[in-house]
Amino acid sequence: MANLTPELDAERIKIKKVAEEYGLDCFETIFELITYDQINQFAAYGGFPVRYPHWKFGMEYEHLSKSYEYGLSKIYEMVINTDPCYAYLMEGNMLMDQKLVMAHVYGHCDFFKNNIWFSKTNRKMMDEMANHATRIRRYIDRHGYDTVESFIDLCLSVENLIDRYSPYVEKSVVKADKPQDADQNLGLLKVNRPYMRDYINPPDFVAEQKRKQIEKMAEKHNRFPAEPEKDILRFLIHHAPLEDWQQDILSIIRDEAYYFSPQGMTKTMNEGWASYWHSKIMTQKILTDAEIIDFADHHSGTMAMAPNGYNPYKVGIELLRDIEERWDKGQFGREWEQCDDVNERKHWDRKTGLGRQKIFEVRRIYNDVTFIDEFLTEDFCVRNKLFVYKFNKRTNRFEVDTRDFKAIKAKLLFHMTNFGQPIIRIEDANFENRGELLLQHLHEGIDMQPDFMQATLKNVQKLWTRPVNLVTVMDNEPHLYRFDGNQYTTHKLGEGPQQEPPKPEE
Amino acid sequence: MSIREDNNRFKDIVKGKVKEEFRKYVSQGEMIGKRENEFVKIPLPQIDIPNFRYGPKQQGGVGQGEGEPGEAAGEPGEGQGQAGDQPGEHLVEVELSMDELADILGEKLELPRILPKGHKNIDTVKTKYSGIAPVGPEGLRQFRQTYKKALRRYITSGQYNPEDPVIVPIRRDFQYRTFKKVLQPQTKAVVIYMMDVSGSMGDEQKEIVRIESFWINAWLKKHYKGLETRFIIHDAAAKEVDENTFFRTSESGGTLISSAYKLCQQIIEADYPPSQWNIYPYHFSDGDNWSGEDTRLCVRLINEFFLPNVNVFSYGQVESKYGSGQFLKDLQKEFPDDERIILSQIENRDKILDSIKEFLGKGK
Repeated sequence: MANLTPELDAERIKIKKVAEEYGLDCFETIFELITYDQINQFAAYGGFPVRYPHWKFGMEYEHLSKSYEYGLSKIYEMVINTDPCYAYLMEGNMLMDQKLVMAHVYGHCDFFKNNIWFSKTNRKMMDEMANHATRIRRYIDRHGYDTVESFIDLCLSVENLIDRYSPYVEKSVVKADKPQDADQNLGLLKVNRPYMRDYINPPDFVAEQKRKQIEKMAEKHNRFPAEPEKDILRFLIHHAPLEDWQQDILSIIRDEAYYFSPQGMTKTMNEGWASYWHSKIMTQKILTDAEIIDFADHHSGTMAMAPNGYNPYKVGIELLRDIEERWDKGQFGREWEQCDDVNERKHWDRKTGLGRQKIFEVRRIYNDVTFIDEFLTEDFCVRNKLFVYKFNKRTNRFEVDTRDFKAIKAKLLFHMTNFGQPIIRIEDANFENRGELLLQHLHEGIDMQPDFMQATLKNVQKLWTRPVNLVTVMDNEPHLYRFDGNQYTTHKLGEGPQQEPPKPEE
Repeated sequence: MSIREDNNRFKDIVKGKVKEEFRKYVSQGEMIGKRENEFVKIPLPQIDIPNFRYGPKQQGGVGQGEGEPGEAAGEPGEGQGQAGDQPGEHLVEVELSMDELADILGEKLELPRILPKGHKNIDTVKTKYSGIAPVGPEGLRQFRQTYKKALRRYITSGQYNPEDPVIVPIRRDFQYRTFKKVLQPQTKAVVIYMMDVSGSMGDEQKEIVRIESFWINAWLKKHYKGLETRFIIHDAAAKEVDENTFFRTSESGGTLISSAYKLCQQIIEADYPPSQWNIYPYHFSDGDNWSGEDTRLCVRLINEFFLPNVNVFSYGQVESKYGSGQFLKDLQKEFPDDERIILSQIENRDKILDSIKEFLGKGK
């Protein structure tokens, strides 16, 4: 287990105590000192010591170790959301770095334990992952390496098709459709005076509405799935004609996707929170005079934001500090919002002192989307010189587009919603009454990448085995893409397929 | 360790040993670097598992810094985790110094070390630090050795006190670095690039030449300190230009290859006496020459001037839509088995590595 040197362990105890005094509330955290090669290996495995065999981990490892060997990057810190929490330190780093990492890790650990979006994650995931690996190795023994690997490739191709919010929705018992309740939402006009009722809602109108209602119900009953389904993986596990081992592998991939999902949903907040605390703990309690320059160097390196790349550490820490300051000075609420005197706003200080309390509340209940939505302000964007960039086809380069606050916020939220991935759901699993799958992309102004879309659709078809269809918008036109196992066809909605020969006249 | 299995599996896929269907997702152009300041970015192979995703260029993002609307924001950083819009652009890049790069190139292509023209080397005298002596100038005093000697003296004489480990060296503890003069062969080399810039050489052809010359330079620089490069462009007439012009110029009009060879000869005769220099002329064209007569003149120049005087004469023919490619055939006919001339045909970008191996693989 923990193999820290006595010197490091003494520092760990000190840092832990400081963190607790600040109010951080962590799982027990076990630090391990490991070599760079081990840390690359663990990092390639997403932080876990054992994963199922797959080349993608080998690729990740190749990239990490190459860039370490070429001296381009190194991993300082890795922490796993489990209870107890595991964190790794790299052998041979400076003591100051190790202390910084430990302080940072306690920040993450507190976040894992207390942020509500992590509340549904499996805290024994290390065992679970090892079990997954064992199961998949067993399938490999039985069905052969290539067969299983190819199937995993298929699963990974669709692993992002999950419903990230579904773990937090209470699974309610399906309500029976009660016809008597249905009366209430027949779409009748509101009547205040009883004597007017038959004039405002004449009986034949009521009858017509009822008939429509029943039709709608029947239609809904015939639909499968009854409601559009975003958790496409779950749907495939239950309804695609898979063998037992395939079903199991697909559910393994899905479980792991859901496990990692909250880390993506809170990336900015989580890194911001950990950075806020490493900075606070280090500068106020832990650093010696001799270490301050190295600390400043390391810290500013981590916080640096290139003109063209979003750095979650930077935006997170700045936003948390901004919230703390605003709540310390009472810069919130109706009075503040309505004040448009620049000078008054500038010197606004109600000495409310609620900052610390507020950021602890923020770390408990927000995720990146709600965090940005609620706390990103125009002042903040101006102060931090944020801008939106876009690709200019004419000059063939990325250019600053605008510094408009609304545009910045919209762009950030867009990237954070569903991790900036297209939202796709199953509309119909019996499309055209032929057992075909109909997927719909909820297009929000940005087209999907065509070559990848085609390849992915083909993979979905391999799982579903019947033809699959995808409705999306491409170049401002709604299109339906279809792959039937042999042929990939596309046509604009409302027109016939382009590649099918015209039907002969009868 | 199981990561090794996964790693080997990945390498096998990249090499195309298994899983042919993945080849198209392996990023191409593995070793083609682009240059930024003194570093070179080379991409690592990467396989993208296809999934539903947005095209990146339409997407844009949020950045931080100075700049008015309309000013460049550079390429999106790695942190965005976005990919290019073609499989070939999905590259993970690493930055390397030229020297590391040459090593990787040499290892990858199994290039032999270049043997400079032996008897023509001139020797230079170089000083080399070779040992330690008790006397010498103060500037060469070796602190560590001096300290060790003093420490040893303290310990053996029993003066050493661990509680107060102060060591004061005296005169006979002092140690100095010594040097001796060694004779080193001076290896001076010049590469003279000649390129056909007539109308038939398009941007793609020039890009290929640019990449080739970049790698040739990287490799030769590793072997020759102070490598010089000269550039000649030609259509019907030849002129010497600087590196930038070399890759940017586009002329129209006919092609007289001999004009470049003549100019090259003049440059060598004026600046690089073959007795003192390793000389590497490289000529790139699409293989169209104005007349058979001019080709005969070229052959004569190669035979009479170049082959006796240069290390190796190299001709690379870049395929273009317009070129007939005749010149390569003529040279092949004239010099069927001559070790002193290397002929290479470069059909497209994917053949660049093969071509570099042809050029540099002989160790000349």
